[in-house]
Amino acid sequence: MSRRPYIRPISKTTWYMRNKRYKVYVMRELSSFLVGFYTFYTICALAILAMGSAEKWDSFLASQQSTGMVIFHGLALLYFLFFQTFPWFKLAPKAMPVQIGEKKLPDSYIIVGHYVAWVLISAFIFWLAGVI
Amino acid sequence: MAIAKKAIVWGLFAAGGTITAFVVPALITLFLLVAMGNVPDGLQFELFHAFASSWLGKACLFIVLFLSVWHAAHRLRVVAHDFGIRKDALIASAVYTVAAIGTVLTAFYLLSIG
Repeated sequence: MSRRPYIRPISKTTWYMRNKRYKVYVMRELSSFLVGFYTFYTICALAILAMGSAEKWDSFLASQQSTGMVIFHGLALLYFLFFQTFPWFKLAPKAMPVQIGEKKLPDSYIIVGHYVAWVLISAFIFWLAGVI
Repeated sequence: MAIAKKAIVWGLFAAGGTITAFVVPALITLFLLVAMGNVPDGLQFELFHAFASSWLGKACLFIVLFLSVWHAAHRLRVVAHDFGIRKDALIASAVYTVAAIGTVLTAFYLLSIG
C-alpha cells in the first residue's frame, strides 16, 4: 500500500445520485418511512377504539376525511406498491430459493406464487373489512 | 453488534418485510376508503370493536403491527446510515426504542379492548 493512498471523494449524503441503480435503491429504502407511519397511524386508531366509545370512533373516522388525505393515501399506495411490495416479490426467489431434489424451482414460479398469495390475502382483508 | 442479536433483528426485518409487502397495500386502501368517506362496514365501531375483541383479531393485529414496527425500525437505521449519519449506536437505540414502545402500546391497547 502506498503511503498516500488516493481516496476518491464520495459524498456521504448524496452518493446515490450518481447512478440510477443507487437512486432506485434509495427510493426503495425510503418506503420504510411509510411502514413506520402506517404502523403508528393504526396504533393511534387502536388507541381511539380502546376508548370503547362509538361517538369517539366515528368522530375519529370523520376527522380523517379530507381531499388532502385522499391524495396522500393514494400516492402512498402507489409508492408502496412500486417500491416495497413488487421489489420484495421480485427478490423473493433470491432470498428463499426452493430446491426440490436436485432441481431448483424456477424463479418465475416463486414470484407468481407471491402475486397469487398477495391477491388472495388482500381479498381476504377486504372481505373481512366488508369492502367486498 | 453481536452476531446473536443481529440474527434476531434481521429475522424480524425479513418477516416484517414479507408481511408488510402482503398486507400494507390493503391497509392503505382501507385508510383511503375512510378518507374518501366510504367507511367499510367492517370498520364501523360495532364490527371493528368486535373484531379487535376476539382473540383471533387481536392476534392478527398484533402480529402485523409488531413485525411492521420492527421492520421499519431496522430499515430506518440503515436509511440513516445511507444519508450520511454515522452515529449507528445512537440511531440503533433510538429506532429500536421507538419500536419497543410501539410494541408495548399495541399490546396495551389490544388488551384493553373488549
